[in-house]
Amino acid sequence: MLAYILRRIVYVIPIVVSVALVCFMLVHITPGDPLVAILPADASQELASQLRIAYGFDRPLPVQFGLWLWKAVNGDLGHSIATGRPVLSEVMRAVGNTVTLAIAAAMIGFTLGLFFGLLAGYFRDTWVDKVATSIAIAGVSVPHYWLGMVLVIIFSVQLNWLPAVGAGPGGSGAWGWDWEHIRYLVLPAVTTSVIPMGIVTRTVRALTGDILSQDFVEALRAKGLRETHVFRHVIKNAAPTAMAVMGLQLGYMLGGSILIETVFSWPGSGLLLNSAIFQRDLPLLQGTILVLALFFVFLNLMVDIAQAAIDPRIKRS
Amino acid sequence: MSISPTSALSDAALQAAPSSKARGYWATVGRRLLRDKVSVACALILALIFLSALAAPWLGLADPYQGSMIRRLRHIGTAGYPLGTDELGRDMLARLIYGGRLSLIVGILPVILAFGIGTSLGLIAGYVGGKINTAIMRTVDVFYAFPSVLLAIAISGALGAGIVNSIVSLTIVFVPQITRIAESVTTGVRNMDFVEAARASGAGPFTIMRVHMLGNVLGPIFVYATGLISVSMILAAGLSFLGLGTKPPEPEWGLMLNTLRTAIYINPWVAALPGAMIFAVSIGFNLLSDGMRSAMDIRN
Repeated sequence: MLAYILRRIVYVIPIVVSVALVCFMLVHITPGDPLVAILPADASQELASQLRIAYGFDRPLPVQFGLWLWKAVNGDLGHSIATGRPVLSEVMRAVGNTVTLAIAAAMIGFTLGLFFGLLAGYFRDTWVDKVATSIAIAGVSVPHYWLGMVLVIIFSVQLNWLPAVGAGPGGSGAWGWDWEHIRYLVLPAVTTSVIPMGIVTRTVRALTGDILSQDFVEALRAKGLRETHVFRHVIKNAAPTAMAVMGLQLGYMLGGSILIETVFSWPGSGLLLNSAIFQRDLPLLQGTILVLALFFVFLNLMVDIAQAAIDPRIKRS
Repeated sequence: MSISPTSALSDAALQAAPSSKARGYWATVGRRLLRDKVSVACALILALIFLSALAAPWLGLADPYQGSMIRRLRHIGTAGYPLGTDELGRDMLARLIYGGRLSLIVGILPVILAFGIGTSLGLIAGYVGGKINTAIMRTVDVFYAFPSVLLAIAISGALGAGIVNSIVSLTIVFVPQITRIAESVTTGVRNMDFVEAARASGAGPFTIMRVHMLGNVLGPIFVYATGLISVSMILAAGLSFLGLGTKPPEPEWGLMLNTLRTAIYINPWVAALPGAMIFAVSIGFNLLSDGMRSAMDIRN
């Protein structure tokens, strides 16, 4: 197992470096000089060249990348142009809120997904299956930012039950797990949960159907095992793949939260990314994307390892 | 000179054998698809949305750009405005139908482009194998290290707002996904006996790829790409919703949703209409992709 883990980690290193390269290049694919974004419109030629040297934009790109990577490894992602604060601390503070949202959404989405998926798999081609798969397909097809708006219309505008925006009373204060705060979490979490719900339902349905049609299930039943015991075998066989899918979904929720956080003004990494884009705050843009992508890579690594831990067949391949 | 008739014959045989078999297969798939009520319904609804977007100027609709300050945010069902008016008093029905033009182009074009690029890359990687496979597939892996929403937004955020940029960024997001599917299907087909037989009979790599592989590989990729349109519609409109895609005053569903957001306290259901269009197209392509997948699975 240790050898497997080490091998996986070695595989991840080139990915991490390439991810950093992509994040670095993001700023340089912009037509023109990255300085244009920071420079006042009436800046003199002299100021421009001074700034170019100060930011290191005069050096060759590979050198710039090396320096940037070296600083990033040491936890220095530069300073936000808009606020002047260190990018890393800005991102980390925001990521905390996104994690809160993603975990809440995962609890809703995964529970429902597992439930619907098992139901649909067990009662394949019956009306139960049809209802569950319809819910799943609606979940993966709905533009989630629009669903967020519709939920706000129903529960905030018309019924006035839940707040429409923000993450707690009186703006973005400290988060707490009490109803005063959870009220703010309900709508964004439900909105975020529909895609993972749909995907987990479809995965688990396919897995369950597949496993139930295998010979060993027949053998277990022939042996006289009770259906609850057969069910345990189904769960055990479905678990590795289902877990991998759920791990990936958690990663998508963390990294893809920008639309929902924009709809609900949820002060997470997505909202930060949004403001970085529109203020042309390039260090913040670069840093946020780098941190989120690394989170995603790390989560994938964890999923791989966890999968190998519960399913020994994976280690051997 | 003596070998030319033989090679022409074998060429003709190579062309004829798979294509006549392919016709039979696709005819079967088509028949099965037509029997599936859900797929037919989806195809009809999508066709209606496409055709009305295409024929918008001849449908006698109001001017989608013509606003009126005194007729802002009329409710659904107001006389003369069957679907109400938007925040600048423009007719919603006209804007939703005209909006289909840009929304569908921005949503579908990236998938078509990625289909072309990704299939070629995957076919080459899967067929040639070796170092070329490693080079292509490891590059693809890098893009898989980003959640697709994040990658799309990162690239269009860096490139700046605009229709072309959002098409470019979505294409970059989808190419790796299609390449991966194409590569794995190609690798599977490559090791089959009939490909070995073609190689033994002296067919060159391009003939094999074009004649023997493409027909067998395209089906699964096509099904995947159809489902991908659903994701692409949501993401493309999402980019506009964030302000990274289409610019006002163009009618486009994502952008309309964005500008109408402030109106949800005044006229909520009119504000929600553009999203319903995105949802309809997205779920239509998803169901169609599912229908095609089961229609192509002849063994069942």
